[in-house]
Amino acid sequence: MNDKVVSMHDAIATFVHDGDAVAIEGFTACICFAAAHEIMRQGRRALTLCRMTPDLVYDQMIAVGCARKLVFSYLGNPGVGSLHCIRRAVEKGIPVPLELEEYSHFGMVGRYLAGAYHLPFFPLRSYIGSDFPEVNSRIRFVESPFGTGSIGVVPPLNPDVAIIHAQRADREGSTHLWGLLGVQKEVAFAAKHVIVVVEEIVDESVIRSDPNRTVVPGLVVDAVVCEPCGAHPSYVQGYYDRDNLFYLEWDKISRDEKKTQDWLKEWVYGVRDRGEYVERMGIATWERLAPGEAWSEPINYGAYR
Amino acid sequence: MGRIGSPMNDYTFSEMMIVAAARALAGVRTVFVGVGLPNIACNLARRTVAPDLELIYESGVYGARPARLPLSIGDPTLISGATSVCSMADLFGLYLQGGRVEVAFLGGAQIDRFGNLNTTVIGDYAAPKVRLPGSGGACEIAINAQHVFIIMRLSRRSFVKQIDFVTSPGHLGGRGERSALEMHGNGPQLVVTDKCILHFDEVTREMTLSSLHPGVELAEVQAEAGWELKVAPALPETEPPTVEELRLLRQELDPQGVYTGRGAKE
Repeated sequence: MNDKVVSMHDAIATFVHDGDAVAIEGFTACICFAAAHEIMRQGRRALTLCRMTPDLVYDQMIAVGCARKLVFSYLGNPGVGSLHCIRRAVEKGIPVPLELEEYSHFGMVGRYLAGAYHLPFFPLRSYIGSDFPEVNSRIRFVESPFGTGSIGVVPPLNPDVAIIHAQRADREGSTHLWGLLGVQKEVAFAAKHVIVVVEEIVDESVIRSDPNRTVVPGLVVDAVVCEPCGAHPSYVQGYYDRDNLFYLEWDKISRDEKKTQDWLKEWVYGVRDRGEYVERMGIATWERLAPGEAWSEPINYGAYR
Repeated sequence: MGRIGSPMNDYTFSEMMIVAAARALAGVRTVFVGVGLPNIACNLARRTVAPDLELIYESGVYGARPARLPLSIGDPTLISGATSVCSMADLFGLYLQGGRVEVAFLGGAQIDRFGNLNTTVIGDYAAPKVRLPGSGGACEIAINAQHVFIIMRLSRRSFVKQIDFVTSPGHLGGRGERSALEMHGNGPQLVVTDKCILHFDEVTREMTLSSLHPGVELAEVQAEAGWELKVAPALPETEPPTVEELRLLRQELDPQGVYTGRGAKE
């Protein structure tokens, strides 16, 4: 087996470069804040950040000037309100100007699918009658070659690097994911390089015991990082709950530029790595976010010898 | 919680709004849910008028059975115990675009008389006065769901003559325009507000006031709309919430009053 396990520092140093198109995906769940913070610590600049829901993870990266462009479909703090750092960048150019390229959710899904399938575009029944095509020239319409009308199309999206978080993987990067699947599979197959970050590294036999749960095979993975609690303040199904209190707290912190920078100084630049963040966050946080137990019934794959 | 078991004339406008939205789901099988008011309305409907209702969330969940009030559409409580959890490609492709969603709830910062919705910007797109979250799945939901129900507080700031950006197309310019564009869904069917309920005229597709919540005057509603509202010939009073509806809301669905406590009735 090809052992791809590396430290977060080395994974970012190797695969994320200035000017890259980076997609840290994960819809509400499994958002890899640990990778984002390491990118910030390593001072990457001029990134094109791709993500359906920029969430707090890109709000923080944009607050320190990592990005020059954002490709997205929902620009909010889910269930709370605005993303204030991104608004400052868009409205006032603080700390650097930010270009927006905007889609709907299915449009972003379609872009990753077209990228993964090596298609020239992805057709979808969306955008018609909306103002999207007026503000994004990459959203277009084509006539069906079968005479069945006009259909919206979006171009492929092939990020330079995709970073996805999951529950567990083996050392080669074959990854088990459960709960919300988001676009983790699609973005992994679309990207030129893939970093998988997991709560636990497990033996290959664990992965092979339940192949239907393998969302991403090691085939498309370049690096595997073990980073427990690496998705906090988002969540990992069955490992820890979403830290909704922090999502509310960030709304207050991020309204103020200085408070934002103070928080980042303490929790991003003031720690060596995710391990130190987890330790400093304290046991009370992790106890508060413990999810309890709800096991699935085991299934029989059969032993066809 | 001293309000439990109180008479049914003691309720908030938000509670009236949730109850009215829930009742509109009578007999519906699949509903596409947002967070907040639609989420509570759908859960209330499942316990009252639509016991077979399946909740669909754009995060990839079909048949959710939330054990707590979800604070986002990706809350982990939506996954544990659900019928199915799938990729977003499957959710948007197979469920939504495949025509399996009977009703979808939408809202917005601005709506016009034909139910077109804006959740993108206030002001000019390139230099907005307010940058809003954008579409999420709303654009394709508005186009593909069989029926769209809109839930929004009535206010002159929101109910406007001309919206600044069409994020989610409703009936566009009115009669026949959706079908001319071969949209598969039927578009907006009703608007539930904290003051009244409006339907869309069968022919013109224009929003038409169809009932007033108890204690609300027609003039009050008209004053909060940015155009001269069409009014149905018979204008009944919305039936107030029942004791049982309020009990479910207050004891089971939103015991903290996160969504039901706002906009308290004077």
